[in-house]
Amino acid sequence: MTNADGQHVAHAEGQPGPHVQGQQHPLGIYFKIWGLLFVLSIGSYLVDYFHFQGYLRWTLISVFMLLKAGLIVAVFMHMLWERLALVYAIVVPPLLLLVLLGIAALEGDYTLLTRGTFFGTAAEAPAKHQ
Amino acid sequence: MTPPAATTTAGSLPQPEGLQSIVADLSSDQRAFKNVPWGKPMMWIFLVSDTFIFGSFLISYMTVRMSTTVPWPNPSEVFSLTLFGKTVPLLLIAIMTFVLISSSGTMALAVNFGYRRDRAKTVLFLLLTAALGETFVGMQAFEWTKLILEGVRPWANPWGAAQFGSSFFMITGFHGTHVTIGVIFLVIVAIKVLRGDLDKERPGFLTGRKGNYEIVEIMGLYWHFVDLVWVFIFAFFYLW
Repeated sequence: MTNADGQHVAHAEGQPGPHVQGQQHPLGIYFKIWGLLFVLSIGSYLVDYFHFQGYLRWTLISVFMLLKAGLIVAVFMHMLWERLALVYAIVVPPLLLLVLLGIAALEGDYTLLTRGTFFGTAAEAPAKHQ
Repeated sequence: MTPPAATTTAGSLPQPEGLQSIVADLSSDQRAFKNVPWGKPMMWIFLVSDTFIFGSFLISYMTVRMSTTVPWPNPSEVFSLTLFGKTVPLLLIAIMTFVLISSSGTMALAVNFGYRRDRAKTVLFLLLTAALGETFVGMQAFEWTKLILEGVRPWANPWGAAQFGSSFFMITGFHGTHVTIGVIFLVIVAIKVLRGDLDKERPGFLTGRKGNYEIVEIMGLYWHFVDLVWVFIFAFFYLW
């Protein structure tokens, strides 16, 4: 007995059947990634706790953030095992947002520059959060 | 009206690998994303749109913060708690992060147990996820209360650039709303699992389609997305 997808072949008997997309991974991987996420979160927190500054701070923050995001998407959201077409369809658009991020960063810098140039002494020392 | 039994194109054509599989999936008059139950790509597409929403918030926050001539409030100081006379920076935020990551873990377990058709454990982990999510929202509400009492408004705050308040409330407000909606849906899915709706493939309230354990995974996708957004907010707003 098949439904419209043609996938659940043995469903009439109430058996799991040849379930194509079932997450039948052993539980261990979830605990390992879970632990890894905790470690990365602690790392992120320590960046602030130890008052790292400047490029080291920003690099560490970004690296920990991207690692955590990558692990959540790949393992918890099962992307690692999905069809490549779906992976690309989902991952590429947010990556393209990086273009918007770059444009906005340029614009923000430019806005700061023009404010400093045209709006007088109050704006002469552009505030940069260290 | 019963839909005609569709043949799976997955079986009839040889499947290329790698990048060619992307072309093969998307080309010609056929269903893309073969062997993927339709609910999953739909949730993913919704999540991509939600990514754009939060992306636009975070990118505009970045633009505003980069171009402010008034110093931005220091998040370590703003979001610190004083415990036993000692000021601990970002303590509440760290706890919130751990809570949400734990909820992601319990959600992954719930999905796994759902596919094993272990109803009791699925319900347990779904409700545990909901409880952790609600705890997160409670802590966020406490954070909001504390800041509002200290004088943070969308148009001004005692510490620095005026845009801090509006950025904070907008970004965390949208995120907290998403978490709350997720909690509600988690409870709904948990009730469906508990009642055995998924084993009996009973149609849902809003649909004529049969329920099955994929909805637990689809719910999981939404919940992991909520955690994902928090990872970015935590890094960009609180830590940076």
